[in-house]
Amino acid sequence: MIKVLFFAQLREKLDCSQLDVPLTAASNAPFTVADLKAQLASKGDAWQSVFTDPQVLSALNQIMCNNDVVLTNSDEVAFFPPVTGG
Amino acid sequence: MSDINFHPITQNTIVKILDTAFDPAASLGELSTADGEYGALVTFTGMVRDLAENPVNAMFLEHYPGMTEQSLQAIIDTARERWALGQITVTHRVGMLYPGDPIVFIGVSSRHRREAFDACQFIMDYLKMDAPFWKKEFTPKGEYWVEAKISDCDAAKRW
Repeated sequence: MIKVLFFAQLREKLDCSQLDVPLTAASNAPFTVADLKAQLASKGDAWQSVFTDPQVLSALNQIMCNNDVVLTNSDEVAFFPPVTGG
Repeated sequence: MSDINFHPITQNTIVKILDTAFDPAASLGELSTADGEYGALVTFTGMVRDLAENPVNAMFLEHYPGMTEQSLQAIIDTARERWALGQITVTHRVGMLYPGDPIVFIGVSSRHRREAFDACQFIMDYLKMDAPFWKKEFTPKGEYWVEAKISDCDAAKRW
C-alpha cells in the first residue's frame, strides 16, 4: 500500500487529503511517480485536471522527488502546489 | 581567508514549527547567550502584511508535518557546509495568523558578520523555494491561495 497525501489547493480541488493506493505487483515493471499520477488522473474530472498539471510537485517519504522515482510498498507520496512559505 | 587553527564554534540548531503566536524578541533572546564565541548575530523576521491596496483579514498557513522540519534542517545543514556558523534558529508559524503577526524568524550567529548575513539570506531564499508551507489569504473579496513567485526561485538560484 502506498500512502498518498494531498495539500493546499490540490486537497481542496480533489476534496481529499489522503488516499491509500495498492501497489499492484502485476509485472516486473517498476511503478513510478509518473505511473501513479497517470493512475490518479484516470479518475477523471478534478483528478484529471490536477494530475496533468506540470506545476504539481511531488515528495517521496518527505523528500522532494521527480516523476521518474520508483515507488515501493509502504512509501509515502505527497502531491502539492509550488510552496509559499516564509 | 581561513582560520589557521580552526576550532569548531558552538553549534546549536533549533527548528520550531508553532501553531500559536510567538514573540521574535524571545527568539532573539534564545540566541543571545553571551559565551564570547561569536561576534556576529543576524536575524530576519517576516510578518503578515495588510496593505490598503491589498487588504488581508487573516492568513492560514498549511504545512506538511514531518517534511517541514526535515526540509528546514536540510537547508540549515547546507548552510553549515558552506559557511562556518554558530547557533541557528528557524521558527515558522502554521495555522491562523493576523496582520502584523510574525510568520518566520531566522537567527544565525558566526564569528564574523559576512557569514551570518549570507547564511541568513541563504536560509530564507531556500525556505521560500523548498519548504512545504502554503499560504491562504482571507480578504474582503474572498479566500485565495497565494501564488508562488518565480522571483523566489530566482533568488535561491543565485547562491
